Amino acid sequence: MQNIAALEQEFESKIERGISIEPKDWMPEKYRKTHIRQISQHAHSEIVGMLPEGNWITRAPSLRRKVALLAKVQDEAGHGLYLYSAAETLGISRDELFEQLHSGKAKYSSIFNYPTLSWADMGAIGWLVDGAAIINQVMLTRTSYGPYARAMVRICKEESFHQRQGYEIMLTLSKGTPEQKQMAQDSLNRWWWPSLMMFGPTDAESTHTAQSMKWKIKLKTNDELRQQFVDITVPQAEILGLTIPDPDLKWNEEREQYDFGAIDWEEFWQVVKGHGPCNKERIAARKNAFEGGAWVREAAIAHAEKKAARTELKKAV
Amino acid sequence: MKKQWPIWEVFIRSKNGLEHRHVGSLHAADATMAMENARDVYTRRSEGVSIWVVESKHIVASNPSESGELFEPAKDKVYRHPTFYNLPDELKHM
Ligand SMILES: [Fe+2]
Ligand SMILES: [Fe+2]
Repeated sequence: MQNIAALEQEFESKIERGISIEPKDWMPEKYRKTHIRQISQHAHSEIVGMLPEGNWITRAPSLRRKVALLAKVQDEAGHGLYLYSAAETLGISRDELFEQLHSGKAKYSSIFNYPTLSWADMGAIGWLVDGAAIINQVMLTRTSYGPYARAMVRICKEESFHQRQGYEIMLTLSKGTPEQKQMAQDSLNRWWWPSLMMFGPTDAESTHTAQSMKWKIKLKTNDELRQQFVDITVPQAEILGLTIPDPDLKWNEEREQYDFGAIDWEEFWQVVKGHGPCNKERIAARKNAFEGGAWVREAAIAHAEKKAARTELKKAV
Repeated sequence: MKKQWPIWEVFIRSKNGLEHRHVGSLHAADATMAMENARDVYTRRSEGVSIWVVESKHIVASNPSESGELFEPAKDKVYRHPTFYNLPDELKHM
């Protein structure tokens, strides 16, 4: 049996050389815990993220929009499942993960605590929220934990349609009647700042960044990713003819990046702590689904056991 | 804690001529449900023409701490590779 110091050294050297860590490999307890926290938080975000959009499926303005939105929401369920599976490879059960979500111990992306007030929000979410998620997820395809990275590869392949369908909704509204364009603008106004907050606290404030970078869990900092998002998104808003609700936003010749205004971090922490507009509603919906479905899960197990017993019996005879 | 549905590993053949590849896992009460769930979770965009599901507990996996004894012996057997043999450059088709 090797001692801990030697195992640790081997682990660090693997990270250094860019060799993925796989489920059965030795890993420091903190690496394992950090991953359970991060992967489950990501999984919960996919699952809770279905709720604001699910709100509009029955009211989609055309069959084309409806099938697209349905397919997108179904994909998010799939993303949640890939990620729960990845988290389970670290030795935590699915039920424990749900329990952590329901009790508030585990977090999910705070953006899903905002309400979806108009159809245009389906556009803004696909464009901005999925857009921000893609930037983060593309980085994570190269993260050090194998099952997480592989889940990200699958997810990234599916995300691009999410963003495109959202942008198409925004484009149609922007080119529509003045009321429709106003609806799109109003939606951008409400989703812009929460989207920037999706990348998490500033580097100066972020408690996990240094360790996460060292272990190659993250390859870019929150501020770097946020800047990347702003630089990509501003020209997209221009094509729509919509105005980003930030008077301080301007191109910086020297940095060759956009400067943007200060984020209201007070609002961010309020929402994270559970005081956003929809926190209670979201958790209630998840709990309701879990508890309401309990009898189905139990019945399926009972049925499977009975069937297995019957097969055994036939074999014996 | 209540009994949970067991975990199944999912393998998919993306097209005929290729092998089944591990794509991930899922929970299901029995094999029929595992197959249906695998279809919904892992082949929403025609990613496969064939699916295998196997309950995770039936998989026997090698242990990384035994990697040495398992895989080291192959490392010093360079003579199993064609490049080990010194042959003249003018020799063709070999
Ligand atoms: Fe997703
Ligand atoms: Fe998405």
